[in-house]
Amino acid sequence: MTELESARKKAMEGERLSLSDAMALYDDNDLLFLAEAARRAKERASGWRVFYTVNRHINLTNICSSNCPLCAFQVEEGDRRGFLLETEDIDRILEDAKNVKNLTEVHIVSALHPERPFSYYRDVVRQVKAALPQVDVKAFTPVEIVNFAKLEGRPIRAILEELQQAGLDSLPGGGAEILSDRVREIICPKKATTAEWLETMKMAHALGIRTNASMMYGHVETVQERLEHLITLRELQDETGGFQAFMLFPFHPAHTKLGEEYHLRRVGSWEDLKMLALSRLVLDNVAHFKAFWVMLTAPIAQLALGFGADDLDGTIGEEKIIHAAGAKTGTGITKETLKRMIREAGYEPIERDTFYQEIREEG
Amino acid sequence: MLARKEYEEIERKVLCEERLSREDGLRLFACPDLSWLGALADYVRRKKCGDIVYYNVNCHVNLTNICTSRCKFCAFGRDAEDRGAYAMEEADAIHVVEDAMRDPDLAGLHVVSGLHPNWSFEDYLSRVETLHRRFPKLYIKGFTGVEITHFAKISGKSVEEVLRLLMERGGLEAIAGGGAEILSDRVRGELCPNKATAAEWLEVHRTAHRLGLRSNASMLYGHIETMGERIDHLLTLRKLQDETGGFQTFICFPFLPANSELGKTVKQTSMFDDLKTMAISRLMLDNFQNIKAYWVMLTVPVAQVALSFGANDIDGTVHKETILHDAGATSPRALSEDRIIRIIREAGRIPAACDCNFNIIRKYA
Repeated sequence: MTELESARKKAMEGERLSLSDAMALYDDNDLLFLAEAARRAKERASGWRVFYTVNRHINLTNICSSNCPLCAFQVEEGDRRGFLLETEDIDRILEDAKNVKNLTEVHIVSALHPERPFSYYRDVVRQVKAALPQVDVKAFTPVEIVNFAKLEGRPIRAILEELQQAGLDSLPGGGAEILSDRVREIICPKKATTAEWLETMKMAHALGIRTNASMMYGHVETVQERLEHLITLRELQDETGGFQAFMLFPFHPAHTKLGEEYHLRRVGSWEDLKMLALSRLVLDNVAHFKAFWVMLTAPIAQLALGFGADDLDGTIGEEKIIHAAGAKTGTGITKETLKRMIREAGYEPIERDTFYQEIREEG
Repeated sequence: MLARKEYEEIERKVLCEERLSREDGLRLFACPDLSWLGALADYVRRKKCGDIVYYNVNCHVNLTNICTSRCKFCAFGRDAEDRGAYAMEEADAIHVVEDAMRDPDLAGLHVVSGLHPNWSFEDYLSRVETLHRRFPKLYIKGFTGVEITHFAKISGKSVEEVLRLLMERGGLEAIAGGGAEILSDRVRGELCPNKATAAEWLEVHRTAHRLGLRSNASMLYGHIETMGERIDHLLTLRKLQDETGGFQTFICFPFLPANSELGKTVKQTSMFDDLKTMAISRLMLDNFQNIKAYWVMLTVPVAQVALSFGANDIDGTVHKETILHDAGATSPRALSEDRIIRIIREAGRIPAACDCNFNIIRKYA
């Protein structure tokens, strides 16, 4: 059996893939084989169910000290496009959120504001929890957590514990980008390193805080670095089991310094679907894979359900970060549309909470 | 491939190059296994066409949007007094092409227009003749079976005479595939009663093929047709192709509901349906060499993925597409050749620019 044949056999049967197996499958470029194998892996993990959630995104600020070349969202202090939500602004958002039927999750991700202290962020969690006690708060990527720890001069563990006490339920998976210091040096030199990102996730899992994981690809990384990234996540997951879901972020180069400097173009849908299927196959110990319609467009997100994804994420409300990078998708989608997309793909739509528990619709 | 039990027989037939029946086609439409369907279509594509993906560097010329036909699925056609109605004089048409000629690689024109109530056949013919004389190096593909039927009616000439004149004076080198919609008189009676019937559309293509003029074929789906009607449409085309061999490529058009009368009651097809229809077309149309993933309709991301669902043709750079953008198409108005090449390469295939008869102009191995 050639290396490729052996890799294909393992992929189809759900055996663990090595780095060289994954590389052989990548190079083979047989999109529909990967789809078939990934779909089988998905059906082993979550059957015919495909999840969605009713959620809201809140971006507290876009004023950022990190200044990553990969980002189109952040601005420097003093920039007239800058915004920072104060207590009253958040109150208004929460009042609005109270009217959203079956809202189960608030997702909070923000820039690294140069001046706001950790207590500001902690109080936001308290404020959300007080207004919406039944709603799960998924907030702060490891990049933000590491920033809080540095600002405060306190260990990551203490920061996470304090947030947990304030009502934090889980961490989003962002900020992983590519977990390679060579790549991070180019795309985001000032923010959490590979080791810090992983350490934060490990600590969160140890405290019983479940998290997501992600990968941003299609910039300066090599294919091998992508696959190593997946294997790094797989190793941590073997150790802790704390990752709930994985999502891919294809890099949107428009309006970014990185895109300009390296003349980058958005990879095609072929690459998006191929990476999704391959991620599902390599990350054999993560249960859920998101097809994030904001990133992929709704049609490709629907198609992704045939390539190993089992979660269309949420209705979202207003998303700012990816749209700043030129995403042309709408900023919200209805529950009915998500359900229809899932049914058209032949799967059963399941409304979920942050922890993938099924929500029974009320009347 | 890994067919589920009930599809093993179909898979065996495809692998042995046996013809699929109407019944097989219906079962494929009922099949939920998209990646199996795609892999089967992709197998056929690879065997028949290899890895080349065709595209053309072309410009669309839509001479007028004033149309007596006013089909219910159309957002392009207008009455003469409507806002946005236009009818190009020769100078206007020349201007459109001159603009597109700024691209030194422009190879040809795709000329498709409304059925103008006051234009004679000579009006159309003289415009295309002017373009042909002015731009002799550009190929001219154009006029659907619907327009040619219309020209025959208004001029009192036979379809053959009309075609001969378009070839001799207009330099016509191939006929466009549009206007087939669904070749069922039930569907046409409801959606487009004022234009060529199924029999008339087929007769134009049969005649063209006899004259050595090759043509394309298409299907507009995702409106009021049944799955049976889709399959029958494909079988009708397959039968004519058995007879003449004159069809070059087949194009699936998903109905775009925005801005048309029909769109008020019909919602847009899903991507699953689009890719399934693409794959099934490849499998049923076993005597067609090429299957086109028309990015203007499908969007660029879906068209790229469609390359693994049986397609080996991604259409062209399409300067100035109007008909589908009036129908709410969200794809860009034109693609650069670079972008097309990149899309094809990412799919692991070989881009080849071709003319309207699939002669390769240049290839990027």
